[in-house]
Amino acid sequence: MSISGVALSSLLFLLVVPSFAQDSRIGSLTGDSKRGKKLYQRYCIGCHGQQGDGLGENAPYLEPKPRDFTIGTFKCRSTPSGSVPLDIDLFNTIGRGIYSTAMPPWLPLTRQQRADLVAYIKNFSPRFREEKPGTPLDLPQETPADNDSINRGRELYQTTIKCATCHGKEGHGDGPSAATLTDRKGDPIQPTNFSTATRFKCGESNPDLYGVLMTGMDGTPMPSFSNSLKPEQAWDLVHYIRTLRPDWHEKAKNAGAKR
Amino acid sequence: MLLPYGLRNDDQESATTTSDGSAISRGVSVSSDTATDSGLSGKVTLSGQAPKNKVINMAADPVCSKLHSEPLTTEEVVVGPEGALANVIVYVSEGAGNRTVATPKEPEVIEQKGCRYQPRVVALQVGQKMRVVNSDATTHNIHPIPANNREWNESQAPGVPPIETSFGREEIAIPVKCNIHPWMKGYIAVLNHPYFAITSKDGGFVLKDLPPGNYMITAWHERLGTLNQKVVIVPKEMKKVEFTFKPQGVS
Repeated sequence: MSISGVALSSLLFLLVVPSFAQDSRIGSLTGDSKRGKKLYQRYCIGCHGQQGDGLGENAPYLEPKPRDFTIGTFKCRSTPSGSVPLDIDLFNTIGRGIYSTAMPPWLPLTRQQRADLVAYIKNFSPRFREEKPGTPLDLPQETPADNDSINRGRELYQTTIKCATCHGKEGHGDGPSAATLTDRKGDPIQPTNFSTATRFKCGESNPDLYGVLMTGMDGTPMPSFSNSLKPEQAWDLVHYIRTLRPDWHEKAKNAGAKR
Repeated sequence: MLLPYGLRNDDQESATTTSDGSAISRGVSVSSDTATDSGLSGKVTLSGQAPKNKVINMAADPVCSKLHSEPLTTEEVVVGPEGALANVIVYVSEGAGNRTVATPKEPEVIEQKGCRYQPRVVALQVGQKMRVVNSDATTHNIHPIPANNREWNESQAPGVPPIETSFGREEIAIPVKCNIHPWMKGYIAVLNHPYFAITSKDGGFVLKDLPPGNYMITAWHERLGTLNQKVVIVPKEMKKVEFTFKPQGVS
């Protein structure tokens, strides 16, 4: 490309980008990229970097690495595997943080500020301009968490869909394939240890766990099981995973006593 | 004229001339079923000692290990008699222009069978359907890790219907793996024209119906890298081309 071509296209870039700036919709809130940029540069830049590529000055000291926003791939989504997330998914991640990583819950920021950040973050990847998010997950009524459900969940976990191969027979995150796992950048990544995890990366509730099973965690080895599990089977699995905490029996007893 | 940055390649391609001096014009519409008598065929070989493939330990999943009386080995470098090199993608890397080509209706199929991908290397066109079949009695997950396309990761339990998808952008080649069975690795090449082939066990390949013109032909191997050759295709001739890889950078 000629020098004038470069000059011309950078001029074009300057002219075009502001109109491309993303906004975000969180319920009745509209997030604004310009305000989001200021917040980003105050709160996020240290880890996620000026360019949003996850190469901020703290990044070398973090494990797992900060999210690279330029690839537009996110762990916690309500949309199918391979799809960009909804605005509300990013908003929820900012507010919840990502448990067991360096990403804290940003609850000190107002809802409006978090919405502004969502708007700004979407500018780092062209995917948010070019692609529409897939149909969000339908959340069916939870089935009863009874012994039958737990037993069916155990069968799925241990045998049918092979959770144990990575997460381990007792949920310690030490299955036979666990040591081979890497994220999309080739860095080692550990399966969640269900025996100690008090919280999970994409939320703590049963519906949150259901969501992870059915949409996967893109960028990691955790697949979506939406092809392999019927909704009631996914609930069975959620109920079984809950039993892998050693204090589960205590909790179940206490819960029973309260009623 | 203000052109988006990505279109500048077309200007270069419009300057490409064929052997008889006629320019390959931009935007020529050639449908893929237009049969021409010209094309390209040949053989890919590996000169020198082939690197040893390693024995796979399938203990992580007894369903897999029970399927094989003898343990399988990895298939990174598959060499036949006289150095014949399989699983090499041979494709037109320059000169195909932006001809409008029909996307084949038939899907490209990857089968998970015996806890490995069959075939290990597939190639398809942008927008063409890819069908992933699980013929094993165990659950696999299909996890393509592209640089230029969407990353996704779907599990497929036994008896689950084939997963059908496609890729939107050219990429050679996208690694695909099963995280449950870490020895399962494959590659998916996505091209925006139909001029590609994958070498069979005898190292042979054929690029049929390649219109006359000047081309850069590239041979891609997952471990051994890429080789390039310029060729001139003239009417009514099947050009012969050989590629010879050296086992460099292979331990």
